[in-house]
Amino acid sequence: MHRRTFLALPLLLVAGMSLGAERPLRVGMTPAFLHDQLGLLAAWRDYLQQTLKRPVEFVQRDRYRETMDLLQQDKLDFAWVCDYPYVSMGRQVRLLAVPVNQGEPVYRSFLIVPAKDTHTRSIADLKGAVFAYADPLSNTGYLAPRFEIKEAGYDPATFFRRTFFTWSHRKAIEAVASGLAQGAAVDSYIWQSLEKVSPKLTARTRVVKQSEAFGFPPFVANRSVSQADFDAMRAALLDMSHDPAGRALLAKLNLDGFVAGSPDLYQSVAKMVASFGQP
Amino acid sequence: MFFNLSLRFKLPLWGSLLIVITALTLSLTFMGQAYDDLKQDILRNSEDLGLTMSRALVPLMLHDDLWLAFEMVSLPFQENTHADAVHAESLIVLDPNRQVYVSSLPERYPVLAKLSTLGREFAYVDKSLGTLHEGESSVMEAPDSSRLFIALPIIADGVTLGTLLVVHDTSSFWFRFLHFADRALWITLIVLGVLLPINWYWGQRMTQPLSLLARQMETIHDHLPEALEPGIYVYGDELGKLYKAFAEMVAQLKGKALLEKQMIQSERMAAVGRFTASIAHEINNPLGGMFNAISTLKRHIPLDPIAQMTVSHLERGLQQIRETVAALLVEAKLKSRHLAPQDFEDVHLLVTHEAHKKRVELAWSVAIEDSLPLPSTLVRQILINLLLNAIQAAADGGRVSLRAAIDKDNLLIRVENDGKMLTPEQMGTLFEPFSRFSEQGNGLGLWVIYQIVQQLKGSVKAGVDAGITHFLVVLPLTEQEDGNV
Repeated sequence: MHRRTFLALPLLLVAGMSLGAERPLRVGMTPAFLHDQLGLLAAWRDYLQQTLKRPVEFVQRDRYRETMDLLQQDKLDFAWVCDYPYVSMGRQVRLLAVPVNQGEPVYRSFLIVPAKDTHTRSIADLKGAVFAYADPLSNTGYLAPRFEIKEAGYDPATFFRRTFFTWSHRKAIEAVASGLAQGAAVDSYIWQSLEKVSPKLTARTRVVKQSEAFGFPPFVANRSVSQADFDAMRAALLDMSHDPAGRALLAKLNLDGFVAGSPDLYQSVAKMVASFGQP
Repeated sequence: MFFNLSLRFKLPLWGSLLIVITALTLSLTFMGQAYDDLKQDILRNSEDLGLTMSRALVPLMLHDDLWLAFEMVSLPFQENTHADAVHAESLIVLDPNRQVYVSSLPERYPVLAKLSTLGREFAYVDKSLGTLHEGESSVMEAPDSSRLFIALPIIADGVTLGTLLVVHDTSSFWFRFLHFADRALWITLIVLGVLLPINWYWGQRMTQPLSLLARQMETIHDHLPEALEPGIYVYGDELGKLYKAFAEMVAQLKGKALLEKQMIQSERMAAVGRFTASIAHEINNPLGGMFNAISTLKRHIPLDPIAQMTVSHLERGLQQIRETVAALLVEAKLKSRHLAPQDFEDVHLLVTHEAHKKRVELAWSVAIEDSLPLPSTLVRQILINLLLNAIQAAADGGRVSLRAAIDKDNLLIRVENDGKMLTPEQMGTLFEPFSRFSEQGNGLGLWVIYQIVQQLKGSVKAGVDAGITHFLVVLPLTEQEDGNV
């Protein structure tokens, strides 16, 4: 036994030294945040590599579906996804960490219209309009507005004259700002982050209504990820707020930090999903 | 009116007109070319853009990806590509129902809007847009519109998915064209600003000698024009030839006038000569008779003292008449010896006394060493008359000079004096008898000279030059025909 430990020690050392040779942790990045800030992503990856002492790879996909597929194919270890895909994937993934924004691990769906539109008071006023959805698997950009339409007694399939997907919240905001769409529902966290980065763009939109709070788009871990990796990654994320470099990154991400979170946070999403007859 | 203007203005004005017409024609041509080029550029650019877009849009429309289609049509209008006349104002994608599928300006051309509802120009496009086949394009310009439309079909495998409209705002095109035109205008103005003064200067330079010549020619009726100063126009072109011809003409006219004057003068002198000769003869004949009668009277009839005095009175009077007549009619047919240098010395002695009386300085220069085949008596007469006249006319304490020399076959005698000068009228009748320019003398001195000179086939001329009056006598040294000498 002792001997084996003795033998294993140099192996560990070698493993520690030849960092590049080890299989990297693959993290899927989605439009759940402003994922087109490549400089920030590179800095964050470097930070995680240093914290975890192993290579980390960020895999960017514009569509949740693609990230979900990669998880299901075990091509990703972790992913930052929207709460709707998290709920949809059920037992495929485990909740790893929940980002904290403005002190709470929650966000909302913003109903936005072009700034010129001063009369719209609720989504009901947008009947027959051209409406931009973010992603068919987005909660705040698709599920929540459709649920609201349904609650109001309309058929979400025919309520708008024309709908289209922009595949990201940021582009949904651009679609409204440019006048291409007369309305859109977007992630409150992204709208607020964008307000800091490009205030001119958000100023061309008006937030009509905020939805109830939903659990913040979580970091999830694939079922296949070992407990050790799971723990290491969770610790790395949760500890970011205790570290100056981590805090700087969090500030750029417009986040306060991460908490372990609980699946209970996502019950309201699960309910909405269920109302559309999905698992 | 214009055609009567002086060439000084007409030539530069014609030149200016031609320059302005040329400059305007050139700049208008240039502007027309620029207009065509600009329009061709727009059409070509739009077709290129449209062709690329219509192909790229096919998969997006097939997947009904409105957002990507929007990003695609917005691509040429990114903030950093500045608005240019050659660039389109917007791109509009129409679905087969002629509704806006997507446009680069969604606020102006919103999704799902009917083409015909977008405005008058779009209604026109909606009406005139026919079926387009792959690779075709159609250019439309609504009347009274500032927009230009280029339509291209979006076709996938023979199925028309929609139509791409490239919209141009021609006001920006006009702005750019006006920019061109503005530049052309300035260049034209600069060219005119350089060429017109050059043309004006050149025209003036060309026509100034001409108009000077014309002015001189105009005065030819009134008096002989002055010869033009040499060097006004020195080139050998037509104008130069004209100048040369004019100078020759003036010289000839002057010569002719002088000749005429001389001829009139000599004819008159000849008439005077004939007249005086005939009078002299008419007087001489009875005069001879009267002298004979008096001689007879004195010789054969004793006279009392009173009668003697009367006869003597008559005789003296008749003698004076004879002398006057003799002076009028110079008889050159006297035998005379050849003129010798000594004759000049004698005359010198004779007139020195007169010169002293008037305190006139007498300059004497005789370059004659041998005797000359001229009758000495007559030449001495000429010298004495000329010199006494000159001393008479010279100012008190003035100066008289004589110069005599041989020039080829002529004896030249020149007598000069300062003092009162002869007027042109006096010059005209100078050699006529009894012309009386001075209080003293009988007015025959010059007449005598004239006759002697005539008989010796020579010439005498008087002139005034710089305050000096001069007489020049030229006597040929050839042997006299009648063998007088």
